[in-house]
Amino acid sequence: MSIKKVTSHPTQNEALIFERSQTGRVGYRLPKLDVPETDPIPADLRRDDGLDGVPEVSEVDVIRHFTRISTWNYSIDLGMYPLGSCTMKYNSRLNEKMARIAGYTNLHPLAPEEESQGALELMYRLQQDLAEITGLPSVSLQPAAGAQGEMTGVMLIRAFLDKRDGEASKDRRVMLIPDSAHGTNPASAALAGFTVKTIRSTDEGLTDMEHLRELCGEGGVAGLMLTNPNTVGIFEKNIREICDTIHSAGGLVYMDGANMNALVGVARPGDMGVDVIHLNLHKTFSTPHGGGGPGCGPCCCTAELSEFLPTPHIVAEPPRSADGVTRYRLNYDLPNSIGRVKAFFGNFGMMVRALSYIYTHGADGLREATETAVLNARYVAEKLKDTYHKPYDADCMHEAIFSHKHQSAKGVVTLDIAKRLIDHGFHPPTVYFPLVVEGAMLIEPTESVGRQDLDAFIDAMISIDREAGEDPELVKGAPHSTRIGRLDEAAAARKPVLRWRPDTEASGAGA
Amino acid sequence: MLEIVGLNEAAELFRSIPADIQLGRKLNVTDPLAEPEVMAEMESMAARNTAATKPSFLGAGVYSHFSPTIVDHLIQRSEFFTSYTPYQPEISQGTLQYIFEFQTLVCQLTGMEVANASMYDGSTAMAEAYLMAQRVTRRNKIVVARSVHPEYRDVAVTYAQHGDTEIVEVGYDNETGRVSGLEALDSNTAALVVQSPNFFGCIEDLTSLADAAHAVGALLVVTVTEAISLGLLKTPGSCGADIVVGEGQSWGVPMSFGGPHVGFFATQEKFVRQMPGRLCGIAYDKNGNRGFVLTLSTREQHIRREKATSNICTNQGLIALAATIYMEAMGKKGLEEVAEQNAQKAAYAKSQIALLDGYSIPFSSPTFNEFVVRGPRSAAEVLESVREKGIVGGLALAKYYGGHDNDFLVCVTETNSRDQIERLLAALG
Repeated sequence: MSIKKVTSHPTQNEALIFERSQTGRVGYRLPKLDVPETDPIPADLRRDDGLDGVPEVSEVDVIRHFTRISTWNYSIDLGMYPLGSCTMKYNSRLNEKMARIAGYTNLHPLAPEEESQGALELMYRLQQDLAEITGLPSVSLQPAAGAQGEMTGVMLIRAFLDKRDGEASKDRRVMLIPDSAHGTNPASAALAGFTVKTIRSTDEGLTDMEHLRELCGEGGVAGLMLTNPNTVGIFEKNIREICDTIHSAGGLVYMDGANMNALVGVARPGDMGVDVIHLNLHKTFSTPHGGGGPGCGPCCCTAELSEFLPTPHIVAEPPRSADGVTRYRLNYDLPNSIGRVKAFFGNFGMMVRALSYIYTHGADGLREATETAVLNARYVAEKLKDTYHKPYDADCMHEAIFSHKHQSAKGVVTLDIAKRLIDHGFHPPTVYFPLVVEGAMLIEPTESVGRQDLDAFIDAMISIDREAGEDPELVKGAPHSTRIGRLDEAAAARKPVLRWRPDTEASGAGA
Repeated sequence: MLEIVGLNEAAELFRSIPADIQLGRKLNVTDPLAEPEVMAEMESMAARNTAATKPSFLGAGVYSHFSPTIVDHLIQRSEFFTSYTPYQPEISQGTLQYIFEFQTLVCQLTGMEVANASMYDGSTAMAEAYLMAQRVTRRNKIVVARSVHPEYRDVAVTYAQHGDTEIVEVGYDNETGRVSGLEALDSNTAALVVQSPNFFGCIEDLTSLADAAHAVGALLVVTVTEAISLGLLKTPGSCGADIVVGEGQSWGVPMSFGGPHVGFFATQEKFVRQMPGRLCGIAYDKNGNRGFVLTLSTREQHIRREKATSNICTNQGLIALAATIYMEAMGKKGLEEVAEQNAQKAAYAKSQIALLDGYSIPFSSPTFNEFVVRGPRSAAEVLESVREKGIVGGLALAKYYGGHDNDFLVCVTETNSRDQIERLLAALG
């Protein structure tokens, strides 16, 4: 007996909600209006299009719609999600539950401080823990994501230099950024008014010290933005010297904390000479990635930079009386602050989850997570090094980098390998990043994967290499198992269709 | 495994980190807590947020609204909340399709042609609008109304402080509460930035503001902090807005002490290549099957680096999903009805407060679900006495505006029952 795929399968063909709409359907119930009705909004201020196009669907329509389309996603809960530099670790359900406690979700950010003490205390405690973890004593939880944390970090540097150098600060506007950096680094530097000079990496995958000194010698250096471990997964062992070089040149060092999952409990940026760092709570501290946010990008800095942190700061006031209660308040009187980077206090719900993560792990658990994350990456590096080209000899930290050098000779490139991994049941690694490695595959297993799954992933990678030799077309046509094949992205960008309209077509243009 | 990688003990994993910068001790954080212990700790802090359990009339950019049960249920599906940015479209179509629906719904509600996949929040969306207006017009002056949310204006100042932006703030009419001072618009103005309903709850006359901006070749940027108002009020798009930004928290997202929320950003098609943030579009596979991809990414930081239209990378995916589910579950009728209920309840409260001895409504413009009340004595005192009666009565304007000592902002939504309104009236009177 053969079972043939039915192409009209409803789960595989869920339409856009607008295409499901049926006049008159509703999916909500509100209590009846309990005040006398008047005519509060003049006709000329009211919309008169009847919300044309907004769908009319039932509750079960909505449930089925989202349940069906959800099955088209890969997720951490389904399996290993080794996206390098993204730290796709398990998102604990306990943390979700904690963030949904009514005392947090129903709290308005402008509620009186004396009636929001628990939230302020929670933020204060998280700040204390992040300060301890980074070795940098002053913390702002306000930045909404990594890129905003970066922007905050480099703006602190700018504010510090402006204060220190006065007018002369205008001659110090160069931000040094390695060629392997995330694109957000230069984009954030630009927002702080810096121009970017790119530092080369060495053949060992490290910052080129000679080039660094040369660039510092050219003068005007405001600072350095450095990811450590860097984006090829190697610890910058000269970090002390790097920081000293920048400091002697009159600049400050910002560290991109994207890769902190390799360091928590083992080494602290503050002890390395770093002046300011941002953390990604959605990476290192396991708050969910949510299909692309929300994130949370706290900024931790030296005491020297503290006065420049975003407004407001949380202050703990020791007990005034015998009641023994510490009181928390918000200090808005910060004349040297870079200002606000976001309304209110940041993505508070993410802070609850992150603190819950820290409490669950404790000091020992945090270090153990780091060890496991590094061990897992080292294991993958070891097991794949005979099959895939490993561009650097150095021991990797929490992520392993390979290139397609051996496979491209057979006509199979990184993109093909990535797509074929999907058929093997895995999310592909980060591909074509960093740019310094041609055809890069950056694999970050995280600590949330056991040896059996690692072996399955390794086996899949090795089989794909074999397939590349035996049947390259199989790999180049992948994925074969998904609901939809490779999409024509170039055509999509040439004639962008960015919203549904009544004449939007369900299929056809690519055939 | 250690053996396979050639090591004897875990500490050797970190050989590449010089010993003198290794921590060499345990972190000074708590010992691990068991699940019930974590719960107890978190719940005991939450219990000290006493404002969360009281009737409240706070708005000012964050609103208490009813969210259908299915919203929080659906966003907790593993496939949504434990996935990441859809870098691999073949296994991310669920995420991409809802982003496409979000973009469409934002367009429909704002009356605009294109919208992006979300911004961090309303305030950062507005800051990005400043920068985009400058790129589009190649001018550097931003004229912004003081009746725009003060924290939004602060954020925009932070974003713009190192560019060559000139920000000119204009005031409001003391009689109507609407924006005034439009004579500041000139041939160097990139954008007129207003909020409607504005921070005082007053609905602006967007059509005439669009005319005034366009007369000098500037864009009109409209900020919306109360997205529920879009179900009832004339769309900014139909009034001539060029960029509409705002906060989508009202679309089914809890207040959560100010975040995570979700910003939206919409504009006209002709400006799409100047937009910040991610965009999702339709694409087809070789068999003609329709799918969705992230597109027009040559605007973005991972390609353009320091020349990108924005530094944003991760946005607010899951919250955009919550907003999408909310808008779809409420649908055409629900979005209208909830907006109508807000307007009706607020109008009732406003009319009743105006009857109280010593209280008045200083601004004459029509309002949606928020309005300013002028009390008989300092607003801080009035609100403190209301608080003693177990009600969070609103926001004293003095927090943000000088010269308004007796004024406070009251917000009434569909979650405030008539009984709560009557209790507020009794507490004030």
